[in-house]
Amino acid sequence: MIATYSSLAMVSSAVIYLLAMTAHALEWASARGADAKASPAGGGRVERFGRIGVALTAVGLLSHIAGVVLRGVAANRLPWGNMYEFVTSSLALVAVAYLVLVWRRGWVWLGLPVTLLLSVGQGLAVTVFYVAVAPLVPALHSVWFIIHIVAAVTSGAAFNLAGIAALFYLIRRRAEASGGARGYLARLPQASALDDFSFRVNRFAFPLWTFTILAGAVWADYAWGRFWGWDPKETWSLVTWVVYAAYLHARVTAGWKGVRAAWLCLIGVASFWFNFVGVNLLFSGFHSYAGI
Amino acid sequence: MGTLRWLWTQLTSMRTALVLLLILALVAIPGSILPQRPVTPIRVSDWKRANPALADVYEAVGLFDVYGSPWFAAVYLLLLVSLAGCIVPRIAVYARAIRTPPPRTPRRLDRLPVSATGTTTMDADAALAAGEAYLRGKRFRTVRTADSVAGERGRLREFGNIVFHLAFVLALAGVAWNQLASYTGDVIVVEGQAFSNNLTQYDDFRAGAAFKPSALEPVTVWVDGFTAKFETGEVQRGAARAFSADVRWAGTDGDVHAQTVEVNQPLRVGRTQIHLTGHGYAPVVTVTDPSGHVAFSGPVVFLPQDGNFTSMGVVKAPDARPNFLAFEGFFLPTTIVDDQGPRSVFPDALAPSMFVNVWTGPPREETGRPESVYSLSKEGLEQMTTADGVPVTFKIEPGEYVELPDGSTLSFDDWRRWTKLQISEDPGQWLIIAAVGLAVAGMTLSLYVRPRRIWLRVRPGGGDALLVETGGLDRAESSTGLGEDVTALAASAGAVDAAVRGTDETRGGQLPLDNREDAP
Repeated sequence: MIATYSSLAMVSSAVIYLLAMTAHALEWASARGADAKASPAGGGRVERFGRIGVALTAVGLLSHIAGVVLRGVAANRLPWGNMYEFVTSSLALVAVAYLVLVWRRGWVWLGLPVTLLLSVGQGLAVTVFYVAVAPLVPALHSVWFIIHIVAAVTSGAAFNLAGIAALFYLIRRRAEASGGARGYLARLPQASALDDFSFRVNRFAFPLWTFTILAGAVWADYAWGRFWGWDPKETWSLVTWVVYAAYLHARVTAGWKGVRAAWLCLIGVASFWFNFVGVNLLFSGFHSYAGI
Repeated sequence: MGTLRWLWTQLTSMRTALVLLLILALVAIPGSILPQRPVTPIRVSDWKRANPALADVYEAVGLFDVYGSPWFAAVYLLLLVSLAGCIVPRIAVYARAIRTPPPRTPRRLDRLPVSATGTTTMDADAALAAGEAYLRGKRFRTVRTADSVAGERGRLREFGNIVFHLAFVLALAGVAWNQLASYTGDVIVVEGQAFSNNLTQYDDFRAGAAFKPSALEPVTVWVDGFTAKFETGEVQRGAARAFSADVRWAGTDGDVHAQTVEVNQPLRVGRTQIHLTGHGYAPVVTVTDPSGHVAFSGPVVFLPQDGNFTSMGVVKAPDARPNFLAFEGFFLPTTIVDDQGPRSVFPDALAPSMFVNVWTGPPREETGRPESVYSLSKEGLEQMTTADGVPVTFKIEPGEYVELPDGSTLSFDDWRRWTKLQISEDPGQWLIIAAVGLAVAGMTLSLYVRPRRIWLRVRPGGGDALLVETGGLDRAESSTGLGEDVTALAASAGAVDAAVRGTDETRGGQLPLDNREDAP
């Protein structure tokens, strides 16, 4: 029964995020041509759509959090036992981080990519990844379950935010290079500020990701009697780590600063997602629970 | 010589390290796509059978053992050399730097990225002392000269950077040590039986090159019982829910202790770790030959073939006379027989039974040659048939016995569970974990500590008041608050309303983060 309410809340959040994304798409569209400086009316419309998007995201997040909490209540455990639960929890954290940034810094410009991520992610979660509530397999009965997953969810949310900023950095930089940003791009922070934000978030995520791998290794030793076994999940977590290590080095290497570093950041996010989704769907390994 | 030097410079450059990191990420990928022999040897042979055209090529370039291949080793060893070549000189530089006082005050403070000027009514000594006190309060190291104070902070950044890279080397050393000295062995133990840590007892044993059999600790484990619980609800029916083994164990001192071993709670005796890694069923059977002598009695380990523990095994009675007897068959924990034939539909033993074929032949000569206990070599044997030539096959449930056409009997007395114990020792493990922990601490320092240099000068200006100049520079990206420090330093020396140049706002672009191009 509670599980049904949880699913309902999750599906609602996906729909509301989709509406929020539509509002942000309109926000971008209305910024086109209507430069804020040239016509204040056009600027007002842009901001109105932006506010609607943020408000909808906040409503979606409430429903989303209700879904996650009810899922935990229904399962009578922390709701991180399978991919469905992991995706929904991680995305809730992304939404929270985004709304904090909007509240503290007024970063409504993150709206479109974040709501895109949220609606696609939640949409996939409720359609493709969904599994009914069930208890955990014995390997997950461990305090390391909580430590490992909290670290993974948090660094995952951060990697995604940093990736969005890196993407905008590339777009905005190109616009600046070809004679100034127009339309909504003009409303983004300057390229250098985007790059800086991306770095700050990655700087937070990278040590945490290292810790995630370490905690996973310690747990693997308890559960399976080896701390590292080149399981596809382990391999890809290392690949992700190495890509982000390269990113951090790139930021202090001449010729790699800026554009190339941003690309490495995007490759890092892609590798994180592949590890998260692709590995479970394509390869069989110790991290495949309950089908997916 | 020049070429060598050039090569060394290239190898230890940051760019090379960067490219090597990317190559490392790339070459690790095939190992996640193709089955790896050290991890899943059976799937490697399956894959090779399915792709005969590629198998030999892949085998030749080591794609079935990527992480043990020379080219994978080449990448990480080059990376290691590059790292060492980069970090060792930096250690020397750092060692010199921490013994060097903060750099002298530059002549022109207004040329620094951020600077401030103002006037103070304090006397020069008091102003400099106040400035120095302020900087010390903010944990700057300071040096005072006749007319100025120099401050520096954030040396921990480079310290963290060095610690991180050294920890990385340390972790690899731990991995190498562990690789050499560790061992892992598996043994199947039926409930009621025991295991002693001795090479002859293992079903399967792998060890590093530096392992000595004398390193095995004297450990004995009695498996008194094994419990398995499975999901009986609708969702994920049959999924494992709990495994535990009730054991007694004795270590070096010989004292016997009772303990419950679970999946996340291995048994540790001294340095030895004992994990539960598998389980299955062992039917308990008794075979009597036609003369009524017991030719075999006891539990026989059957190996699970699927998730519902359809298990296969062989009961051999080499001592049966006049003929050798062997029973080959399936143990089905929850039996159903439908149009797909007999099979198990649930992993727990709710309706156990065995389906058995009987093989017989002249007694075999004792050759001493080892033979698998899980399979039957059918050389010189033939299937037992009834009087009208039909092969003997039957279903048998616990508590039943079957009389065979030749007068011998098979009785299915009971069933027990067996558990697979993994016994291992990882001597380098603590070093690896400590090193990675150290690496996390080091990288956090190197990412968050913001080195900053700041100066204060007090000199006579026009009139009674003294002129106060401050300036500073950051030596790491993504720093904030330099402007605040520079103004506050000036204020501490009495120049409360100093004019600031080059702060975050006036520099533009970098910070604050939410500035917009179209903002007024």
